[in-house]
Amino acid sequence: MQTSRRGFIGGVSAAAVLSGTRAFAQKKYDNGASDSEIKIGHCGPYSGPASAYGVIGKGIEGYWKSVNAAGGINGRKVNFITLDDGYNPAKCVEVVRQLVEQEKVLCCFNTLGTPSNTAIHKYMNSKKVPQLYVATGASKWGDPKHFPWTMGYQPDYHTEGVIYAKHILANVKDPKVGILMQNDDFGKDYLEGFKEGLGKDNAKVIAKLATYEVTDPTVESQIIQLKDTGANVFFNIATPKFAAQAIRKAAEINWKPAQYMTNVSASVASVIKPAGFDNAQGIITAAYLKDPTDKKWADDEEMKAWQAWMDKWMPGANKGDANYVYAYSVAFLMHQTLKNCGDELTHANVMKQAASFKKQHVPLLLPGISVSTSATDFYPIQSVQLERFKGETWELFGEVMSAESS
Amino acid sequence: MPPFPKKWLIVLLVLGFGIPLLNPLMPDVVSSYRLFLVSTMIIAAIAVLGLNLLTGFNGQISLGHGAFYAVGAYAAAILMDQYDVPYYATLPIAAVICFVVGYLFGQPALKLEGHYLALATFALALSVPQILKYKWLEGITGGVQGIVLSKPEPPFGLPLSEDQWLYYYCFIVMVILFWISHNILNSRSGRAMMAIRDYPIAADTMGINLRLYKTVTFGISAAITGIAGALSASAIAFVAPDSFNIFLSIKFLIGLVVGGIGSLAGCVVGGIFYVLVDNSAQALSTFIKNDLGLQFDLSAYTVFGILLIALMYMMPMGIVGGVYAAMRSLRRGSKGPAPSERPAVAASKPAASRQGH
Repeated sequence: MQTSRRGFIGGVSAAAVLSGTRAFAQKKYDNGASDSEIKIGHCGPYSGPASAYGVIGKGIEGYWKSVNAAGGINGRKVNFITLDDGYNPAKCVEVVRQLVEQEKVLCCFNTLGTPSNTAIHKYMNSKKVPQLYVATGASKWGDPKHFPWTMGYQPDYHTEGVIYAKHILANVKDPKVGILMQNDDFGKDYLEGFKEGLGKDNAKVIAKLATYEVTDPTVESQIIQLKDTGANVFFNIATPKFAAQAIRKAAEINWKPAQYMTNVSASVASVIKPAGFDNAQGIITAAYLKDPTDKKWADDEEMKAWQAWMDKWMPGANKGDANYVYAYSVAFLMHQTLKNCGDELTHANVMKQAASFKKQHVPLLLPGISVSTSATDFYPIQSVQLERFKGETWELFGEVMSAESS
Repeated sequence: MPPFPKKWLIVLLVLGFGIPLLNPLMPDVVSSYRLFLVSTMIIAAIAVLGLNLLTGFNGQISLGHGAFYAVGAYAAAILMDQYDVPYYATLPIAAVICFVVGYLFGQPALKLEGHYLALATFALALSVPQILKYKWLEGITGGVQGIVLSKPEPPFGLPLSEDQWLYYYCFIVMVILFWISHNILNSRSGRAMMAIRDYPIAADTMGINLRLYKTVTFGISAAITGIAGALSASAIAFVAPDSFNIFLSIKFLIGLVVGGIGSLAGCVVGGIFYVLVDNSAQALSTFIKNDLGLQFDLSAYTVFGILLIALMYMMPMGIVGGVYAAMRSLRRGSKGPAPSERPAVAASKPAASRQGH
């Protein structure tokens, strides 16, 4: 009798303890999460024409390794599964289905490329699996009404185009703009934003639009054509190699317009230096991340921490490659999102946490730029700051500018 | 090669129809993802079949079948997107369009032989993604943005999931196309095609119209590959120029060579190989790096290449050719000295295997 009573008391107290913990931490899991692990899916171009972007995936992989070494997220290790899609949308559909249906990931994160993300957009939303912080600057990722499971990350190209146009209208007298544009979605997004920013009279302001294909060897003839129109503004919508060629050629033929260049090509090491510092003086661009090759940030605490992280977790990698800065910052935001989820690791909660950042600080973003999201605002970073090239570095000027995109 | 045994064919067909029905019973083994993967294999097999008719049975080398695949995919996508044509009706239209394109391309190709034809088709494959982006066509092709489509839904209220229905859709199309190809090849026209491949001058002397046969074969081949493209547009539910890069054409050729040139069964094997190896090469390379602890970074394509070289070395006639050869030598080994004609067949294997399929 005594023993049974003791047993009874023990049982009651055990039950109390159990129910107590349950009340304290209601653990809820969807596919891809457990007491010990969080599975995150990713795909990017490790092979094929856009394989230069493959370093983003590698950088993110390194980030999760460092997180796991420090104990993981709320005691759970991150299992980061990254697959190669070769920048092929058809292949992307295949590997993402593998991630969602076979690997059963909690969410897909930073899948790369506008075509690839377009191909999986409907699928992810019909499966109700988060497609978070996609690596593309197209403006269509912030549409919570129709696609509540998809969110972008960087400021979109469209917004950036609007900002340049506004700056030109405010600062250049009688602007006549010559535009060099890469003939793809990246180029067209900028152009549309730019035209929108110029307003109704954009056809009068734009003197000439010269395009090139990524497979072209040079853009020299396009630059000569642009000069011949007598344009006094040059808007350079090109990827790094071509942007550098254009700047150099414009200087060679003694064309001295006001130059605007997209953020995509703002790297000092891979664009400005090859183009020649002398030729690049006065170029204006918009930035949201700190450039690792810009000497201005050499003593910056965050940059130093990043350098140390690179040395430890990405040994041998090129520290001048801004893609690693991008990878680090976007992985940090994902890290923060999962941390905020606590023990409720469900698809819905991941999305909810991603959509409730209030001025979240993210390392390596420019001072004054932070991440804010809400149930109706699916554009995490919406601010940029203009900067002008002077000497051997970018000089920030003006205010941090924010723009609501379409 | 000997014709595929009928008994086995029926078994495979029954399995092909039966296994997907197990999806609701065994969702982990017969998963929707695996059904989708098999559907992409079927699509690849159809594309390889188109190429095989041209290269394997008619002797015209093409490095540009990705172009016809793209034309088929875009034809289907534009019909569905702009003209609300139901997905199943896009197949014959895409086939006709690709037949015309292939037939027209076959005209100048008549003047080109061997490597020169390969180069011309290579140029075609390179130019198609650019043409799709061209601004005059942008209105209908969607330019670089591509076209987003809906997945085919099961008809007549059949209790099938989308992936099950997609599988059956592809499977039925594949069976029909292989049956048609089989009949073409076993007809007078088929024998004429193969005669042109083996001895063009003799074929000409026999009264075969080389010009007609070569261009029509080009057209049929393009049509079949175009149907594969149209199926892929439905399966992926999205088309964009980036999906049809030059690697696609090369992968079809790899599928053809690996499966077995001049063999219908080889097309299926080639399609399966191409999807399977493409997918597992990366898994294999991470396995080598992480689990075997080798310190060098093998890219997925390196692994793919090594596998390919090994395979070509061991089975120069492709997997189907290799399996037949192995079966022959096994039979010879177990039954003692083979009948007199068997070694002769084995010795003249390349020639023999080119005669039939």
